[in-house]
Amino acid sequence: MKVLVTGISGMLGRITALKLLKHGYEVIGIDRRPWPEAPEAIALFQADIRKRPAEDVFRTHRPDAAIHMATVTHLVHKSPDRMRVNLYGTRAFIHHCHQYGVKQAVFAGRHTFYGAAADSPLYHTEDEPPISTHTFPELADLVAADLYAASALWRYPGIATAVLRIVYTLGPSKHGTLASFLKGPNVPLVMGFDPLFHFIHEDDAATAIVSALAHKLHGIYNVSGPTPVPLSTIVRAAGRRAIPVPESIFKLGVGRLGLPHLPAGAIDHLKYPIVVDSEAFRRATRYSYEFDERETINSFRTAR
Amino acid sequence: MFDKLLPIDPEVAARIEALDLQFNKFGVDPYGIDKTDLKRFVSAFAWIYRFYFKVDVFGIKNVPSTGRGILVGNHSGGVAIDGAMVMGSMLLDAEPPRLPHAMIDKFIHEFPGASQLMSRTGQFTGNPDQAARLLRAERLILAFPEGARGTAKLAKDADSLVGFGTGFMRLALETKSPIVPFGFVGGGDALPTIANLKRLGRLLGVPYVPITKWGLLIPKPTRFQLLYGKPMTFEGTGHERDEAVESMVGQVKERIRGLIRQGRQLREKEISEEDLVL
Repeated sequence: MKVLVTGISGMLGRITALKLLKHGYEVIGIDRRPWPEAPEAIALFQADIRKRPAEDVFRTHRPDAAIHMATVTHLVHKSPDRMRVNLYGTRAFIHHCHQYGVKQAVFAGRHTFYGAAADSPLYHTEDEPPISTHTFPELADLVAADLYAASALWRYPGIATAVLRIVYTLGPSKHGTLASFLKGPNVPLVMGFDPLFHFIHEDDAATAIVSALAHKLHGIYNVSGPTPVPLSTIVRAAGRRAIPVPESIFKLGVGRLGLPHLPAGAIDHLKYPIVVDSEAFRRATRYSYEFDERETINSFRTAR
Repeated sequence: MFDKLLPIDPEVAARIEALDLQFNKFGVDPYGIDKTDLKRFVSAFAWIYRFYFKVDVFGIKNVPSTGRGILVGNHSGGVAIDGAMVMGSMLLDAEPPRLPHAMIDKFIHEFPGASQLMSRTGQFTGNPDQAARLLRAERLILAFPEGARGTAKLAKDADSLVGFGTGFMRLALETKSPIVPFGFVGGGDALPTIANLKRLGRLLGVPYVPITKWGLLIPKPTRFQLLYGKPMTFEGTGHERDEAVESMVGQVKERIRGLIRQGRQLREKEISEEDLVL
């Protein structure tokens, strides 16, 4: 079975591609970025998912399944172009899947879809609407991409489409939203708040994506690993020092004074939890994670 | 947060260990309850519960010792001391101890410190999804159907009841959870409010700022009466018409009214414990 992976040169893209290869899938990949040390077995095409060369890959290689990981966050991509990458990229992906006979599509989305607020419940289920795009506009295009991808469920019911909302990944690659936040030796937290953070080992996240493919999932599924842990506990377990900063100073000093470059809306994500219920995914795939909360943090902490 | 600031009382620690909760490798349960934070906080709170205040608890055996349930009672006093005392009785007096999840007002989680404390002790913003999930996980919920209207009662009305919301009843029907009514008496004496400043409250992000007889928002040491009634179960789906649900709510409200009346009579020493009908 031939699987095409968009965004294959990203951290999760690479791990997923290698895992697919190990499971005996034939893997081809599209990315704007290179992946110099990619195994020879993987056919790589350096192209933008929105452009014609990417469509050519679908046309020429006729993959049986495709995994869309070519979405970017505000952390990776600061320009307004991010919105176009996320929305037009997702549109092109779905279009090509339909046009070139792809039978299965997986959209690797994020659990931040649900947003963080003082009154949001723990353990969001897939039917809950996104609540905080107005306070965190930098997230809006990812929320829209998620909803757009889900529209393939009714527009092209013949394609088994799985929209995955995966919690933060963490692991030895030291890539990803949570890893970037934990980069330095001192990690600023919003004083008086300590939200639960839901995270999964990056290897387990890749396994979940492969598992969605293997089970031909059709629908929207939250994906999580071990139970969530308070942010301050993660910071300490990662060998970092937690520096509580009053919210007013945090807002003023974002991007300066050693505080991370975060949009104002991101501060809510440091105050309130986003925790998901992934029971439906577990039931559908019998998926179970390999790395528990402590092992996951340790793999990040001890990586070189 | 409470690192090394508060000493842990070994007796409290033993009670926290006895709670029916699953802690992960970091000592945190799936809902974010931190075992160590809970021990430290409850150790300090135990002093307030036992010595600063004094709570005469009756009928605590009426609270199921395992499985789902909703504690439903009245607010009495300008801030929710009643809620704290119910928590205290369940954690420090009940055998085995239980940790109720109070459905608290949204504004509390908007305050630094308060949010952290509430998150680590399992106290969430009242939300039907959250409450139903906790009940299905066989937890105990604490609800005050009077809401902020209830804490806003002035001292002279402390033992009265204002309008009840119906959310708790729909929740009980939907999740087939027993309701344990309780009456709480004495809050009006601990914190006699003579006025509530709503406009100042809006500025500060709270529903209102209560002004007490002595101006300050510091409760005086008080003896409270807390009476738990026999559990009530109702048949239904939670999707009944409003009138049907309201009549069930009325039955709970009547029971609570009766418990408050008896609590008041106990307080005035007009009856003794043997006379109680819970």
